[in-house]
Amino acid sequence: MEPGEIHALLGENGAGKSTLMNVLYGLLQPDEGEILINGEPVQIKGPGDAIAAGIGMVHQHFMLVPVFTVAENVMLGAEQVRGGITGFLDRRRARREVAEVSERYNLRVDPDALVEDLPVGIQQRVEIVKALTREVDLLILDEPTAVLTPQETEELLAVMRSLKAAGKSIVFITHKLKEVKAIADRITVIRRGRTVGTASPEATEDELAAAMVGRSVSLEVTKAAARPGEPVLQVEGLIVDDERGHRAVDGVELTVRAGEVLGIAGVQGNGQTELVEAIMGLRPVLSGSVMLAGDRIDGWSTKRVLRAGVGYVPEDRSVDGLVMEFSVAENLVLDLYDRPPFGSGLALRPDAIASSARERIEQFDVRTPSADAAVGTLSGGNQQKVIVARELSRPLKLFVASQPTRGVDVGSIEFIHGRIIRERDIGTAVLVVSSELDEVIGLADRIAVMYRGRILGIVGPETPREEIGLLMAGVTPEPAAADNAGAGKAGGPDSPGSDEEEHE
Amino acid sequence: MAVDDVALAPVSVGFWTRNRKIGAGLLLVGALAAAVFGPLATGQEARFTLSEDAGGAALEIQGTLGAILFGLIAAAAGAALLVGLPRRWFGPLLGVGVVAFVLSFLCWQVSAAPAGQNFMPLVNMLRGTFLLALPLIFGALAGVLCERSGVVNVAIEGQLLTGAFAGALFGTITGNVWIGLVAAALGGAFISLLLAVFAIRYLVDQVVIGIVLNLFAVGLTGFLYERLMQSDAQAYNQPPHFGTWSIPLLSEIPVLGPALFRSNIFLYLALVLVLVVHVALFRTRWGLRTRSVGEHPTAADTLGVRVLRLRYRNVLLAGLVAGIGGASYTLASFTFSKNMIGGKGFIALAALIFGRWSPTGALLAALFFGFADQLGTYLGAVNSVIPSEFLAMLPYLATILAVAGLVGRVRAPAADGKPYVKG
Amino acid sequence: MSDVNPASGSGAPEREPAGAASPDQAAAPEQAPSPEQAASSADAASPDKDVATESRRAESAASDGDPSAGNAGPAATDAGRSGRAATGTGAPEGRGPGLGQLFLQNLWSANTVTVTVLALVLAIVIGAVLIIISDPDVLATYGYFTARPADAINSSWSVVSEAYANLFKGAVVDPAAVSGWADGSNGWQLVFAPISETLTYTAPLVFTGLAVSLAFRGGLFNIGAQGQATLGVILAALAGFLLPLPPVLHLIVALLAGAIGGAIWGFIPGILKARRGAHEVINTIMLNYVSLYFLSWIINQRGVHEPTRTDAISKSVESSAQLPRLLGGDLRVHAGILLAVLATWGVAWLLNRSTFGFELRAVGANPDAARTAGISVTKTYVLLMVLSGALAGLGGSNMVLGTTASALTPAVAAQIGFDGILVSLLGRNKPWGVALAALLFGALQAGGNRMQSYAGISLELATVLQALIVIFIAAPALVKAIFGLRAARAARLQTSVAKGW
Repeated sequence: MEPGEIHALLGENGAGKSTLMNVLYGLLQPDEGEILINGEPVQIKGPGDAIAAGIGMVHQHFMLVPVFTVAENVMLGAEQVRGGITGFLDRRRARREVAEVSERYNLRVDPDALVEDLPVGIQQRVEIVKALTREVDLLILDEPTAVLTPQETEELLAVMRSLKAAGKSIVFITHKLKEVKAIADRITVIRRGRTVGTASPEATEDELAAAMVGRSVSLEVTKAAARPGEPVLQVEGLIVDDERGHRAVDGVELTVRAGEVLGIAGVQGNGQTELVEAIMGLRPVLSGSVMLAGDRIDGWSTKRVLRAGVGYVPEDRSVDGLVMEFSVAENLVLDLYDRPPFGSGLALRPDAIASSARERIEQFDVRTPSADAAVGTLSGGNQQKVIVARELSRPLKLFVASQPTRGVDVGSIEFIHGRIIRERDIGTAVLVVSSELDEVIGLADRIAVMYRGRILGIVGPETPREEIGLLMAGVTPEPAAADNAGAGKAGGPDSPGSDEEEHE
Repeated sequence: MAVDDVALAPVSVGFWTRNRKIGAGLLLVGALAAAVFGPLATGQEARFTLSEDAGGAALEIQGTLGAILFGLIAAAAGAALLVGLPRRWFGPLLGVGVVAFVLSFLCWQVSAAPAGQNFMPLVNMLRGTFLLALPLIFGALAGVLCERSGVVNVAIEGQLLTGAFAGALFGTITGNVWIGLVAAALGGAFISLLLAVFAIRYLVDQVVIGIVLNLFAVGLTGFLYERLMQSDAQAYNQPPHFGTWSIPLLSEIPVLGPALFRSNIFLYLALVLVLVVHVALFRTRWGLRTRSVGEHPTAADTLGVRVLRLRYRNVLLAGLVAGIGGASYTLASFTFSKNMIGGKGFIALAALIFGRWSPTGALLAALFFGFADQLGTYLGAVNSVIPSEFLAMLPYLATILAVAGLVGRVRAPAADGKPYVKG
Repeated sequence: MSDVNPASGSGAPEREPAGAASPDQAAAPEQAPSPEQAASSADAASPDKDVATESRRAESAASDGDPSAGNAGPAATDAGRSGRAATGTGAPEGRGPGLGQLFLQNLWSANTVTVTVLALVLAIVIGAVLIIISDPDVLATYGYFTARPADAINSSWSVVSEAYANLFKGAVVDPAAVSGWADGSNGWQLVFAPISETLTYTAPLVFTGLAVSLAFRGGLFNIGAQGQATLGVILAALAGFLLPLPPVLHLIVALLAGAIGGAIWGFIPGILKARRGAHEVINTIMLNYVSLYFLSWIINQRGVHEPTRTDAISKSVESSAQLPRLLGGDLRVHAGILLAVLATWGVAWLLNRSTFGFELRAVGANPDAARTAGISVTKTYVLLMVLSGALAGLGGSNMVLGTTASALTPAVAAQIGFDGILVSLLGRNKPWGVALAALLFGALQAGGNRMQSYAGISLELATVLQALIVIFIAAPALVKAIFGLRAARAARLQTSVAKGW
C-alpha cells in the first residue's frame, strides 16, 4: 500500500477478503505469515495494536453501541479524560473533535444524536469519523456499499476521494466491479483465500469478473415465457411497522398471478422483509389487506397461511428457516409434523417422517450423510435445499421466496432457480424477493422495485438495469443523473458466516 | 430525491396510551381507597410523630378524613393522567398518586390501631426502612456492576451470605471489625470469582451458574457453621460490631438526622457507594467502557477495550460490594446463622431490575422494598387486619409487574448474559 | 434478549466454521470440480476445521471428483500442516487404522459419562478437604505436619473415611445389617432401609427435575419449580384434609390438586413470557417467594391450622389420601417412586414421540424458525410452563402425601425445586438422565442423614457435594483441564441454554 492510495480488494462472497482484513486489524490471529508496515514486520495481537499502528477499520456490520451518542461512540477506547486516575470523561473535547473531523472531511454528524436513531448511511459516517479521530493512516472499508443506496454510495465515494487527497490510504473491500473501477488506484483480486492477480482500474469489467470468479458463471435462467392466470396474491394499501415501531411498509399495492414470477428488487432494508413477513402472518398488518385467491388472509396465523397453500423460504435460513440442532428429517416436516401421515393425534409417526425424508433428499439432491444428521452440519447450499424441499413438497397456490440463494454455492443456485421456475410452470404464483438484482432479472416475469416501504414501479425484466438501479435509489423515471448506476451491480452483503474464511 | 419527503401514511393512535391506562388504574385505586379505607378508618386522630415514640411533635389528621382525602388525591392524580397531560407530568403525577394512596392506607391503619397506639413514629419507620434496605442496596449495586458489563448476577444471595459468614468468622477470630469487613468483602469476591471464571472463561450459562453458586454458598456456609460455629460459638461466632457514628450537624436535622445520620458505617457506605457508582458509570472512562462492554462487546473490542478483563474486574468488584453488604448483618447487629440472608439477595435482584439497572434507580427500589418490609413490621405491631405476609410479597409482585411492562418498560443491557467469544 | 446457545451458536468457537463454512468453499467438491480445485479448497482448510466438515468434504470429494486427487489433497495437507490438526480433530486417525484410538479419544473428549464420573470424584475430594479443614482437632495435627506427618494423614483419613463410609451405608447398604440379617439378629428391613430412604428422597426430585428439564428443552429456564412445588404442596394438603372422600379417589384428587396448583404457578410466568415477553427467570424467582409467603400465611388460617398445636403446622392429611407404602410399615418408600418412573416415561414419550414434544423442541432450539414454520410459540410457552408447573406440583404433592411429611409446615417443600434445577442439569435435560441424577441426589440426602447422626458431619455437606458436582458438570473443560485431558471440544458438552434477561 502506498500513502494516499485507494486499493480495492475484489472478490466474491466468501473469498477471504473480510478475514484478511480482520487479521490485519487484529481481530483474528494469523496462522502463518507476517504483516509489514513501512517495511517493518509488526505483530498485531489485538485491535489496540492495529490502532497504534495507524490502521482503522469500518466493519461490514457496524461496530457502534446503539444506546450511546455519536460522541460516546467516537471516544470509546480513546477517551480523553480529566482528573488523573479517576478518569472523568472530557465530553466537551470529544464533541469538539467530532465536530472538527466532520468539518474537515465534510462528514456531517450530530455528536449528541443517539446512534440507534440514525439511518444506516449516517451510522457509517460515524464509523468513518471514529476511525479518523484516531489519526489513522490506513483505513479499511469492509463492504461499505452493501447497505447503501446508489446515492449514498456516491457520497461515500466522494468522501473517499477527499480522504485520499488528505494523504490517507484506503483499502476498499467489495465485490462490486463498477465501484472499484470508479475509484480504485490499484486492484487486488482474491479468490478462495489467495491473491489471483493485481489489476489496474483500466482493466475491463469482464476481465475483473473472470479473475474474481475463476470461471464464467452465468446467472442466466432458462425459462419459457410465462402464462399468467388469475390473480392469486393481492396486496392492497399495506402498512407495516418494523420492530422498532418505524414505518417499514408504507402502502404497498401488489398483485401476483398464477403462473408468473413477480420479483421484488431493492436495496436491503427498504421494507422487503417486513412486506413478506406481513404476508406470511408473521408481522401485524396495521392497515390494508392481503388476499390469497379470494380469501382475506391478513390477521391469519402463520400456520393457517401455510396450510392455505403458501410456501415460504425465509431470507435468513439460519434464523428463520431451520432448526440447526434438528435432523434433516425433522426439518423437512417442520411445518407438517402434526398432519397425517407424519403425526396422528398427539403422536408423531417417525417411520413416515423418515421415509418421506429419504424421498425428499433424493428428489432435491440434498447432500447429507444421512437423514438423521443435524442440519447445522450441512453446507449452506444443502441447508437451503432442505428448506426449498420442505416448502415445495405440498401443493401450493403461492410460493414466496426471500433471498432464495443468499450465501449459496453456484450449483445450488442453479438448482434452486430451476425449481422456482418449475413451480411457476405448474401454475403457482411466485413472489421472489432478492437484493441481487441479477437474480431478480433472471427469475422474474415482472419486477417491482421497492424503496422506503413503497413500490416505486413495476417493470419488465428486459428493462435496462440502469433504469431499475435508479428506481432502487428512489428516483422515478424522470430524467436524473446519468452515472447514477452504481446500483447496477447491487448485491447483498456477504452472508454473515462467510467471514470465517481461510487465508494464506 | 423524488420521494424522500413524502409524508408517511397516517397512523391510527388509540386513545388508550400506556399513560392513560395507568391513569385510569390510579383513578380507580384512589377512588377505592377513599370508598373503602375511609369507612374502615375510625374517627381517631392518626398521628405521625416526628420522633421514635408517641411523644413530641406530630402531624395529625382525623382518620376517616385522612383516608378519604388522600384517596381522593390519588384519584385526582389518576384523573389528571387520564385526561392526557404532557409527558413530563407523568412521573410526578404517578408519584403523587402512589404516595397519596399509601397515606390513605396509613390513615386507616393508624386510626384503627388499638387505643393508645394511634401513632406512627416516623423516625423509626425511616430508620427501619433504610436498615432493611441496606443489604438490598449493596446487593443491587453488585448487580449493577456485573450486569452493566454483561454478566448476569443471580448469585447475589450467595455473595451476601458468604460475605456475612466470612465477616463473622474472621471478625471473631481476629477480634477486629475492620479485618472482618475486609474478610467479608473477600468472601463475597470468592463467589464472584467462581461466577466470573465459569461464566467468562468456561462460558457456562450465567443464570445457571448463579443459581448453582447460591446453593453452593448455602451449603458451604451451612456446613462450616455447623462444624465450627455451632460447636464453639465463642471462638468462631462472636463477631465484633461497628458502633454507631453520629455525623455532626447532619444528625441534628429533625427526623432525618436521628433516622439516618446516627447510624453505623454500613449505611453511610451504601449511600456513598451508590453515588460513586452512579458517577463512575456515567461520567468516567471506566463507566463508558463498562457500559459498552455490556451493550456491544464486539464494538468495544474493535476499539481496543479488553472485554474479558473488564468483565472479570467488574464481577470481582461486585463481589466485594456484596460481601460488604453481607457484613452489614454480622458486623453490625447479629451473629451468623444458617441461611441468614433468606432471599434478600433475590429482592436485591428485583431492586436492580425494578431500578432499571441504574445505581440510583436501584437505591430507590431498595428503599421502596425496605419500606414495605418495615411497614409489615409496624402493622404486625398494631395487630392490623392486613397479614404481614402479603406485604412481604409486595417487592416480588411489584417486580413481576415491572418486568411484564405494566409499569413502564425495563430494558437490560443488550449483551447481558451473553458470553463474549472473539472472532 | 436474543438467545445464544453455546452448544451451537457463537458460544462454541470451534463449531462456527462448520455451520458457517463459506458456501462456495464447502460446496466446492460437490460441484464435481477439477482435481486441483478440490485440492486447493482443502489446502485452504484451517486446522480448526470441524471434523464433520473435514471428513464430509473428503468423502464427497472422493465420490464426486477424481478420487485419487480429491482424497490425497486433504489427507496430505492435514498431515503436513500442523500437529494441532492431527491431534486436534482426530480426523486423520479416523481414516487410518487407529479405530480403537479414535474410540478412546472420543471417550475422553466427548463422553458425558466420563465427565460425570470425574465431576463426582472432584466433588468428593473437595468435600474431603472441607471435612478436614473444618475439624479443629485434625487441623491441629497439620501444625506439626513436618515433624509427624503420619498424625495428620491418619487423623484426616479417619475423619474423611468415616464420613463417606456413613454416607454410603445410609444411601445404599450397611454391611453390618446384611451380616445381621444373615445370622438372624435383625430383619430384612434393615438391609433395605437405606435404599428405601434413598428412593423416598428420590421421588420428588424426579418430578421437579423433569419439570425443570422439560422447560429447558422448550427454551425456558424454570427456576420456579420451588414455587410451583410449594403451591402443589398446599393444594394437595388442603385436598388431603379438607375433602371427605373414599380412599383411592381421595388420593387421586389430592394428587390432581397438587398438579393443578403447580400448573397455575407455572401458567403465570408462561403467559407473561408469551404475551409480554417478560423474562421467565425473573418472574419465576419472584413467584418462588410469593408462594413461600402464601404458604406461611395459609398455614395459620382457621380450618387449616392444627388447633391442638401452637406452632405453624396445619392439620394432617387423611390416611385415605396418602400414597401407600411399598415395603410395609417399617420402610418409608412409597408409591411416589412408581409415579416418578411413570412420569419419566411419560415425559420421554412427550419429548420424543409426540407432536407437542416436536413443537417444544423446535421452539426451544430456534423460536424464530418455529414461528416461521407456523408453530405458535406463545401457545407452546404457555402449555410448556403449565406442564412443567404441574410436574413440579406433583413433586410437591409427594412431599405431603408420601411419608416425608403429612402436614403443612413453612419448610414442607424443603429445597426440592432448587434441587430439581441441579438434577435437571446433571441429567442433561434427558428424562432418564434426570431420573438417574435424582437417584444420586436422593442417595446423597439419605446418606447425608446417616452421616450427620453417626459421624457428626453436617448434612449440609450433601448440598455442597450436589452443587459442586453440577458446577463441574457445567464446565467440562475445567474438569478435563484438572485431569489433564484434552479439552478441545468440551464446549459441546454445555448442558445449558445461555440467554440474557
